[in-house]
Amino acid sequence: MSKVVYMDNNATTRVAPEVLATMLPFFSELYGNPSSMHSFGGQVGRMVREAREKIAALLGAGPDELLFTSCGTESDSTAILSALQSFPEKRHIVTTRVEHPAVKNLCENLDKLTGHKHRVTQLPVNSDGTIDLDLYENSLDEETAIVSVMWANNETGVLFPIKEMAEIAKSRGILFHTDAVQAVGKIPINLSQVPIDFLSLSGHKLHAAKGIGVLYVRKGTPFVPFLIGGHQEHGRRGGTENVASIVGLGKACELAARNMNEENGRVKALRDKLEEGLLASIPNALLNGHKTLRLPNTTNISFEYVEGEAILLHLDRYGICASSGSACTSGSLEPSHVMRAMGVPFTAAHGSIRLSLSIYNTEEEVDFVLEKLPPIIAQLREMSPFWQGEHKGKVGGSQCRCSCS
Amino acid sequence: MWEYTDKVRDHFMNPRNVGEIENADGVGEVGSLACGDALTLYFKLDENERIVDAKFKTFGCASAIASSSALTEMIKGMPLDEAEKVTNEDIAEYLGGLPKEKMHCSVMGREALEAAIAHYRGIPLPMAEGEVVCECFGVTDLEVKRAIVESNLRSVEEITNFTKAGGGCGKCHERLEELLREARQDVQQIIPDKRPTRLTNIQKIKLIEEVLEREVRPNLRKDGGDIELVDVDGDFVIVSLRGACGTCKKSQTTLKEYVEKKLREQVLDTLIVEEEK
Repeated sequence: MSKVVYMDNNATTRVAPEVLATMLPFFSELYGNPSSMHSFGGQVGRMVREAREKIAALLGAGPDELLFTSCGTESDSTAILSALQSFPEKRHIVTTRVEHPAVKNLCENLDKLTGHKHRVTQLPVNSDGTIDLDLYENSLDEETAIVSVMWANNETGVLFPIKEMAEIAKSRGILFHTDAVQAVGKIPINLSQVPIDFLSLSGHKLHAAKGIGVLYVRKGTPFVPFLIGGHQEHGRRGGTENVASIVGLGKACELAARNMNEENGRVKALRDKLEEGLLASIPNALLNGHKTLRLPNTTNISFEYVEGEAILLHLDRYGICASSGSACTSGSLEPSHVMRAMGVPFTAAHGSIRLSLSIYNTEEEVDFVLEKLPPIIAQLREMSPFWQGEHKGKVGGSQCRCSCS
Repeated sequence: MWEYTDKVRDHFMNPRNVGEIENADGVGEVGSLACGDALTLYFKLDENERIVDAKFKTFGCASAIASSSALTEMIKGMPLDEAEKVTNEDIAEYLGGLPKEKMHCSVMGREALEAAIAHYRGIPLPMAEGEVVCECFGVTDLEVKRAIVESNLRSVEEITNFTKAGGGCGKCHERLEELLREARQDVQQIIPDKRPTRLTNIQKIKLIEEVLEREVRPNLRKDGGDIELVDVDGDFVIVSLRGACGTCKKSQTTLKEYVEKKLREQVLDTLIVEEEK
């Protein structure tokens, strides 16, 4: 494959060349352990500290409020399990139906994991992916240990009103966690203004390496470690630091702060051009998610009567990388839980395509997708028995009644 | 990303026989929009009940489209009573194999063919008569049982891969376990009866190949290995181990304890399996 048009930045991003350059010395001459007492290791410890400061600056947090983890998933697990252990008498969690599996599957399996019965409220979302604040407020009660709500949805880019939600939780004395893996680096975040207790982020979503995550724990928030071992991170997360990735993440956060205007200006304009172009040139195409309460880089469009995996493989032929919420791409048999939670009609749920951009995308690439995608949809529809046709459906049993319909 | 064979990719990118046939002799519709895949199959017969033309329209993923395309290529020119015997395994084999999670796409092809033949003959579909087990995807016990026997399924997960049953809400998993036990018992009773006392060389080779293909190879492939029949000389079965098996230290144990045992159980209890030198 010669040319790659990468529009799958919510899945992962390219490591910025500047980030790679800062990482490389730690694979050769700077191999010391940051915990060592000698100055050879100590210099590495100093660079970890500087990285921590840069990351804290992007979040409006204090450096000592950050723990390095191995990924966003570890951060999510750490936060939620910590809250449950801090308040053993409280066994209720409030979350949403559209969370990433890192939170969703954890909450759904808590009883098995902990051996205690838990009550999990998964808040529904509106058809545009937004949330009803009254419903949220009413779901909180005396037993609620923690609220875990994502900042931005990975599939649609829809933003939740985290500030308001965190304030409501705080006024009720309930801990608040947000999975901000998709939000950090794409929209401004200032934790000195938003009273959340835990925030998860993941390096590889903002042009740092895979295998590095951060958990923000507000000063004063009760905390129980997830990984217990050495004294690293003041005993709050054992394990020798992933030094190269930490330093790389520091650089990535510095770049993200610098590129924030471009992300919300040029990248957003490219996204809008792409989205408007596709919706205009392809009939029966529907936007999934709120038009404005959204990340600047993400668009999610359903093309009725065609299936997502087939679209992706045709795009792949041109080197265009995208994702789909269709059942077939995941290996499960039902379309994504996000599409189902939003009530996307089944004529469209299987044909959803997500395109997520980054500062590395160009207008030529957007034009290329605008040229290639419409004929693919037309070709697949030509082949579809549902396109301008009748198909009575299933023999061999009852009509399909899966939860997607 | 799914590992598709070149043949699947080819039939997906360049599907054969897309379209409809006006005044078709048989039309079969299976699947639904909600389920994520659906297929309408058309065929035209000549005066001798030979399929002279077949076309399809499919909504679904790459393997659904490829399975439909492959099916139409396979049945064109076939007498109807021969086409009736085409199974989903035949479709998958024609395509050089499908990922296991995608086997239901080949099953959909076979069901569409059955529906089209039933439509032509004006008879109800035998599989539809059964009791619906999986409400999410509308799968009957007859369909599940047939898949268990024909494709030698051993778990609920495999049933889901082949028929979709159990892939939605999951409420039917217990019932699927039951069907699995019932059907497997039937299978185990049948196998010894199928073993004749005297075999011609050709029968022997054919049986050995069948057992290798059906039971041994899928299991070895799970571990990245493979096996090929090289020769049969009297009771000596000469095989060649491929892939991970070729370098595995335990391959001799596998050969004797597993391959030989299977062949002795199902073909002839005097067989000796040896590796090609």
